[in-house]
Amino acid sequence: MDICYLMPFLSRMRKIFFPLPGAAWVLLALWFGNPTHCFASQAQPMASDQRVEQRLVQIAEELRCLVCQNESLASSRADLAEDLRTQVREQIAAGKSDEEIKDYLVARYGDFVLYKPQLKPVTWLLWFGPFAVLIIALVGLILSMKARNAKIQAQGGVQTIAQSTEFSNNERLLAENAFVHNHHQPISTQQTDHIEGRQ
Amino acid sequence: MVAFLAMGLKHDPHEIPSPLINKPAPDFSLQTLEGAGSFSPQNMLGKVWMLNVWATWCVSCREEHPVMVAFSKQIGVPIVGLSYKEIQPQDDPKKKLTSSDMLTLARARGAQWLDRHGNPYALSVMDLDGRVGIDYGVYGVPETYIIDKQGIIRYKQIGPVTPQILSDTMIPIIRKLESS
Repeated sequence: MDICYLMPFLSRMRKIFFPLPGAAWVLLALWFGNPTHCFASQAQPMASDQRVEQRLVQIAEELRCLVCQNESLASSRADLAEDLRTQVREQIAAGKSDEEIKDYLVARYGDFVLYKPQLKPVTWLLWFGPFAVLIIALVGLILSMKARNAKIQAQGGVQTIAQSTEFSNNERLLAENAFVHNHHQPISTQQTDHIEGRQ
Repeated sequence: MVAFLAMGLKHDPHEIPSPLINKPAPDFSLQTLEGAGSFSPQNMLGKVWMLNVWATWCVSCREEHPVMVAFSKQIGVPIVGLSYKEIQPQDDPKKKLTSSDMLTLARARGAQWLDRHGNPYALSVMDLDGRVGIDYGVYGVPETYIIDKQGIIRYKQIGPVTPQILSDTMIPIIRKLESS
């Protein structure tokens, strides 16, 4: 017995007689047979449509809407975006590959429609420019460090920067002390004692 | 870096360079507004001509139109109008119109508009669904193409043609193409 024509009636009944225990509904369903086939014939085309829609979204996410430039073709509500989505949908249905569909749009609107630009001589600067700048900066840094090291070595042997500053500080203190001793002697014995004590 | 930034400041992101420059004009066959059969770009082989995308709902076209009318009187280059999606979705929200209804309505509207504002076109073709527009990379109205004797697109103007653009850029290009 085909009960599909009873489905709307049954679902209304279920709403009215909700207090009826779940087990009772299971028994009723078993009694009428498994009613899932009632939806099966409608579900098939929906599924293939959904596959087209999913692919459309996938492709359109990577394409730029030309009217409202910071939106993707998937999210834009502009008329042109709608027209282009229709075109993409038709091409998916016609069995075109993602690449073919993108090429179709690039041929008309240029690389600008692609959010991820293709790798070709014109876009080399775009793709590799930042890395080139990084490498140039690194080479510059290494060269300047080497030059600096060579300068330090020429001044006073193998020393770290910290050591060399300490050394020159000590020298300066000694020179100042010598100056004090030679020209202002004695200012006070206390100070001289203190300095001598430290040495 | 500074050079790139300076270039970016001068660049108008709404003017997308067309990949169709120096490529053959896409072929099509469309009904004319005048109703005398269909038109194809192949009919124009051997002539330098212009394709101007317009619509009665397009506001910038009203600004451009007098320039095109004056230009058509001054210079003997045929201008073909591409009536782009004359019937908008909001004109037919319930999608009741058949394609022949749409064509009739679009022709009537277009003809009335050209009567009022002047007709610079040798003829106009009806691109109701915007498909030819997509083939030409149209993403806004108006747009204007200059096509050479071999049917190659040599120039694309995005947005309204002004007297200055016409005299500085477009007329020199047309003269050069005509003499070659």
